[in-house]
Amino acid sequence: MAQLITSQPGPGLTSADLRGDPRRMRKETVVRGLLFAAAATSIIISGLIVYSLVRETWTFVSQVDWALVWGDGWFPRRGQYDIKTLLVGSLIVTVVGLAVAGPIGLGAGIYLSEYASARVRKVIKPTIEVLAGVPSVVVGFFALTFISPEIIQRFREATPQQTMAAAGIGVAILIIPLVASISEDAMRSVPRSLREASYGLGARKVTTVGKVVLPAAVSGLVAAFIVAFSRAIGETMVVFIAAGKSGGSLFETNPLEPGLTMTAAMASIASGTDSVVGEALTFQSLFFVGAILFVITLALNIVADRFVRRVRERY
Amino acid sequence: MSRPRGTTVPTHETVAAVSTRPDLRRGDEGEGAGSKPLVFGVEDVSVYYGGFRAVRNVDLAIGQQEITAFIGPSGCGKTTMLRCFNRMNDLIPSARIEGTISYHGVNLYEDGVNPVEVRRRIGMVFQKPNPFPKSIYDNIAYGPRIARLDGDMDELVEQALRRAALWDEVKDRLKDLAMGLSGGQQQRLCIARALAVDPEVILMDEPCSALDPIATGRIEDLMEEIKSSYTIIIVTHNMQQAARVSDRCAFFTAEVNETSDTRTGILVEFDRTEKMFSNPADERTENYVTGRFG
Repeated sequence: MAQLITSQPGPGLTSADLRGDPRRMRKETVVRGLLFAAAATSIIISGLIVYSLVRETWTFVSQVDWALVWGDGWFPRRGQYDIKTLLVGSLIVTVVGLAVAGPIGLGAGIYLSEYASARVRKVIKPTIEVLAGVPSVVVGFFALTFISPEIIQRFREATPQQTMAAAGIGVAILIIPLVASISEDAMRSVPRSLREASYGLGARKVTTVGKVVLPAAVSGLVAAFIVAFSRAIGETMVVFIAAGKSGGSLFETNPLEPGLTMTAAMASIASGTDSVVGEALTFQSLFFVGAILFVITLALNIVADRFVRRVRERY
Repeated sequence: MSRPRGTTVPTHETVAAVSTRPDLRRGDEGEGAGSKPLVFGVEDVSVYYGGFRAVRNVDLAIGQQEITAFIGPSGCGKTTMLRCFNRMNDLIPSARIEGTISYHGVNLYEDGVNPVEVRRRIGMVFQKPNPFPKSIYDNIAYGPRIARLDGDMDELVEQALRRAALWDEVKDRLKDLAMGLSGGQQQRLCIARALAVDPEVILMDEPCSALDPIATGRIEDLMEEIKSSYTIIIVTHNMQQAARVSDRCAFFTAEVNETSDTRTGILVEFDRTEKMFSNPADERTENYVTGRFG
């Protein structure tokens, strides 16, 4: 008690009394600095990735004969760098993947968020999460040895085992959990009060989901599809195994034929000996493709961001 | 007064519950009650959430074009009771109801009764304004659209907004998001939205608890205005509000259960509002309305 009384500020208070312990303040600065460094790491890494991409891409872009970048096929060892072969290959696999995973993932998300009882959810949700944890190389072989013969090859006679469609479905398997869980989260975060408002007006469940919950969750749903698209276009192992072509490919637009994606092309260059003995620019072409992939996903994210901000229904 | 058609024969429990509350009987037979047709008959209703009994043995009679207020301290089952009238409690998986609630003689909890149809006739306004994140127009048009009501939608929207005394404030910005309105306006929008499907009954769950006194006053005026065409049940914590707006008043309180720590709501007294506030039959009602308890 006596202690307390003497520490009461008296008339003799000076600014030095309020300055605090300098050692503690230094500690504060150090901790703050360390935490900032941790947070800044991701920025630095992003910067380094862009730097390494740009450096090699520049070498390729400045030295390549541009007539070879738009031709009949992608054969980097022979100096043919037809980029549209890869773009279309990637696009086909991604579109097949999204066409399959979109409805299934969204459907699963809606079911889990709006329909499933707590008990059913407790079984289905972890199962979906397990699916998300399956290594892509396993899914690749699943696509090759099951999806292809059991599904794709039944569509048309004499369909090869390795096709872009099979790879697309393999990619779909990888992104279904992603779409399901992001869309489920988006819908679950729609306040209960909005659902009650709808039910209170005599809306059925399907009306409430379609006209209130989904529109209110649209930003999350768009995010789910963008993330899924990025993941699909960036997926490597499944397409490497199941899409058919690796070293090189002629331009191909039929999903029921083998094809080559940007990622598979990069993987085959990186895994081969081209980095050492390839044709002059073979190794650099890897970075060129990588840069394009990077730009596509970046643009996608920016578009998604704008879109989400514009159409979002705020609640 | 005559019992509504289709209600179950009271069990011995009902009889016991009613007979211990003579005030209830008096309320039923009180002056003027016989002249109003009965909209809801509540008989021996208990509501459970899982194993927890939220409210028990409630008997009520709700007259047409009357405002009935449910008052009482927090946790006494007013809202739970209210949400039974349009089967809103169905949305809570663990909720279960015992007893009978008849609506114009039809038991609302009978097999084959579709809650969707019930809710089209019995609208609801919630504690917190909950407009859809859509335009003002689309908020009002939502109900009529899903009910596929015929008629000119623009006219319907205008009518609903006029009835809710909101038209003049929003007529120039019908396409704006409803979230841009003030809290009081949002709540009147929610009332307009409920009116747009032309219900017979409107359930209001503390509709003014999130509003300032001026906005509250406007909602109360509004209730007075629409009373001639609708039957209204309102849950309120505000006794002055109950005294101002309601014709009849039901006082609930919570009793601690003997076997567990939980509290179960009971209906103490149900009578004309005037009487409830001037000369209640039960001491607990008197204590509550005079502010000595709760």
